[in-house]
Amino acid sequence: MESRKKRKLIEGMAFGVIRLSTVIICLALAIMLGFILVNGYKAINWTFLTEPPMDAMTKGGIFPAIVGTFYLTLGAITIAFPLGVASAIYLSEYAREGKMVRLIRIGINNLAGVPSVVFGLFGLGLFVVFLGFGSSILSGSLTLGFLILPVIIGASEEALKAVPQTYREASLALGGTRWQTIYRVVLPAALPGILTGSILGIGRAAGETAPIMFTAAAFYTTKLPSSVFDEVMALPYHIYVLATAGTHIDETRHLQYGTALVLIAFVLGINLVAIIIRTRIRRKQTY
Amino acid sequence: MSNKIKMATRNMSFYYGDFKAIEGITLEFSENQVTALIGPSGCGKSTFLRSLNRMNDIIPGTRVEGDVFLDGENIYASGMDMVEIRKRVGMVFQKPNPFPKTIFNDVAYGLRVNGVKNKSELQDRVEASLKAAAIWDEVKDRLNESALSLSGGQQQRLCIARALAIGPEVLLLDEPCSALDPIATQKIEELIRELKKNYTIIIVTHNMQQAARVSDVTAFFYMGRLIEVNKTEIMFTKPSIKQTEDYITGRFG
Amino acid sequence: MEKAKKRHIREYLIEKWFLFLATISIIILGLIVVFLFKEGLPIFKTVSVGEFLFGQLWYPTDEPADFGILSIIVGSLVVTGISSMIAVPLGVLSAIYISEIAGPGVKEILKPVVELLAALPSVVIGFFGMVVMAPFFQKVFNIPTGLNIVNASLMLAMMAVPTISSLTEDAIHAVRRELREASLALGATQWETISRVIVPASLSGICTAIILGMSRAIGETMVVLMVAGGAATIPESIFDSVRPMPASIAAEMAETPFRSDHYHALFAIGIVLFITTFLFNLIADYISQKYKQVGTATL
Repeated sequence: MESRKKRKLIEGMAFGVIRLSTVIICLALAIMLGFILVNGYKAINWTFLTEPPMDAMTKGGIFPAIVGTFYLTLGAITIAFPLGVASAIYLSEYAREGKMVRLIRIGINNLAGVPSVVFGLFGLGLFVVFLGFGSSILSGSLTLGFLILPVIIGASEEALKAVPQTYREASLALGGTRWQTIYRVVLPAALPGILTGSILGIGRAAGETAPIMFTAAAFYTTKLPSSVFDEVMALPYHIYVLATAGTHIDETRHLQYGTALVLIAFVLGINLVAIIIRTRIRRKQTY
Repeated sequence: MSNKIKMATRNMSFYYGDFKAIEGITLEFSENQVTALIGPSGCGKSTFLRSLNRMNDIIPGTRVEGDVFLDGENIYASGMDMVEIRKRVGMVFQKPNPFPKTIFNDVAYGLRVNGVKNKSELQDRVEASLKAAAIWDEVKDRLNESALSLSGGQQQRLCIARALAIGPEVLLLDEPCSALDPIATQKIEELIRELKKNYTIIIVTHNMQQAARVSDVTAFFYMGRLIEVNKTEIMFTKPSIKQTEDYITGRFG
Repeated sequence: MEKAKKRHIREYLIEKWFLFLATISIIILGLIVVFLFKEGLPIFKTVSVGEFLFGQLWYPTDEPADFGILSIIVGSLVVTGISSMIAVPLGVLSAIYISEIAGPGVKEILKPVVELLAALPSVVIGFFGMVVMAPFFQKVFNIPTGLNIVNASLMLAMMAVPTISSLTEDAIHAVRRELREASLALGATQWETISRVIVPASLSGICTAIILGMSRAIGETMVVLMVAGGAATIPESIFDSVRPMPASIAAEMAETPFRSDHYHALFAIGIVLFITTFLFNLIADYISQKYKQVGTATL
């Protein structure tokens, strides 16, 4: 009886520690979001969202940065989506386990692990310098696109694998070719999952700073981009710049919080949408 | 009963990797007859069935030895077109597996992938197939609803209609009633008896009463081998091999 | 038959086309290597590899310049090490809570919490460390600057926790239910089942999760750039400032003349960083392949 009591006690203590860890994580998220929300919402008004920065970035808004982030993100997903879905189709529908597939998977895993600042160096070396695109939307989009490629591949492959094998069998048994089966049956069934993954990729691309520092981001410009070869401001870089490089760091604190809040609202909003869609799909999936 | 031989296997074996799932099976299937394949779970009857339209080709690491003939032509010969074979040898699966499309598009799928584009032809053939599968009256007013809205039994008849739409000569049924209730099962069985006027039918079942009710010939599989094959009424009354008798009378399996 | 042949050729070409597209990840990885080395190797005409890696002085703009990155490497190791000490228990334990203890309702809240934490842009976490945590540390510990190792490690841990937590959860999830039930049926408490059956059974997955979490921490840029303080010296206390590898690259690249020695040296730091995370990933990959469970459950 004694030993049973002791065992229960140990369990209680262990669970206490485990619960505490989880609480700490939740608190950390809540505190971070709370601080930025409380300090940031005051800065946000119509002018802030629609006007360019003024007076050496101590006043005014962040409109060029919003536009820049929008273009960079759009460019990144335009590059990553087709490549990512195609890779996933190969891995899920065509590939048979072997050396080639193993190599591709190692490639994807390692690409996912490349530090974002190294992506920045790569983008600088290849797109900005070697291909001569300069610091531009194009260079930044390509860099970000390759950065989120593994995210898109992973999500798409998972979505394709969740399509029941019976659909493929049914199509093949009706005289469908492999490609007809993929195109007409598997892809439509996997599409919601693929889109969810792509939304997550967009969120990731929007929040990254280091990859665009040397490839796309401008310190300050009021001019909106007119071509893909233009430099742009971007929300994450703008936060960094205001918080570290300005001459009036303390006076612009509210602008920093405001920009951070806009960025967070965008990124977390995107993620929430993805999470909700995914939960819906999982509930609806009867197969 | 001296019908023409539609399909036949000769000394056919099947491997999953190193594991020999089926060993040297020689069997003939006559036109306009129903042949039932029976045997305990894991005896290889489904694997055998799936070899008849090369559905096993999609499973990595599998291999077929021996010959399978369709109208005297070896379907495993090099240069044979898998797509063409599967068009001629249709298949219905254990669990109803309609696509998440409308009823009409589900049945039209096979026609479309085979290049039928003409709208009125599509409509005619979808209707004819649904009628042949005895489900037309139940769905004619809801062709644009999702196929998944149908009941299990209706879904399975839809899958049969879908298979019939592309005009197969042979119909493979892989335990088509195992997921259905008795009333739906009865409907499918009636349908099978009706369909054999036009098709060669091979059905895998572990329900012996079903085999007795619908088939003309029954083949008993055990541990990857063909133990006995005979006319159904003889199999179920005077099996010549003890194992068959034991299985049929429920002593094992 | 002519039609069938055409179809075969078409299907064959489609498959090969997808194979080609699937190799894009390898191609990009290859290009990353090529351009890092192309821009980074020239520095070794000026300094030797040994001097570069083990030199203690980093004065890239002096005349003559010093390109020793030992203090930068140490900076990276220290913040990664300390952040792992924080992130590993938090990540693993929260995963255990989510997958083994929490009820379905709590789970539905906690999983998104972890995902949202993962989704927080690093610049925002860095910003928080800078404007909230740094003054806090400065006041509480009465130190000259709050931008230091402790602060950076704490913020880095926040970036590594979601990685560790979600991968650990996947690993635990893959443990077969029968094992769990068998242990409980033998009279073990839930904690005994977790500590003696479930954790050992998913250990390789947990190791992979930890390695990938650390890899994330070592490569993370914005947090260390904004919060670590930026001193390129070997630290003596956890309240000292450091300048980890990603921070050096990000901070200095903008100000360095194109293709100067300094520029090449920054790319060379990129090589060191890339090789480090590459090795981490290979080890993680190796572990998860080697101990891949055979049978129904996979990692």
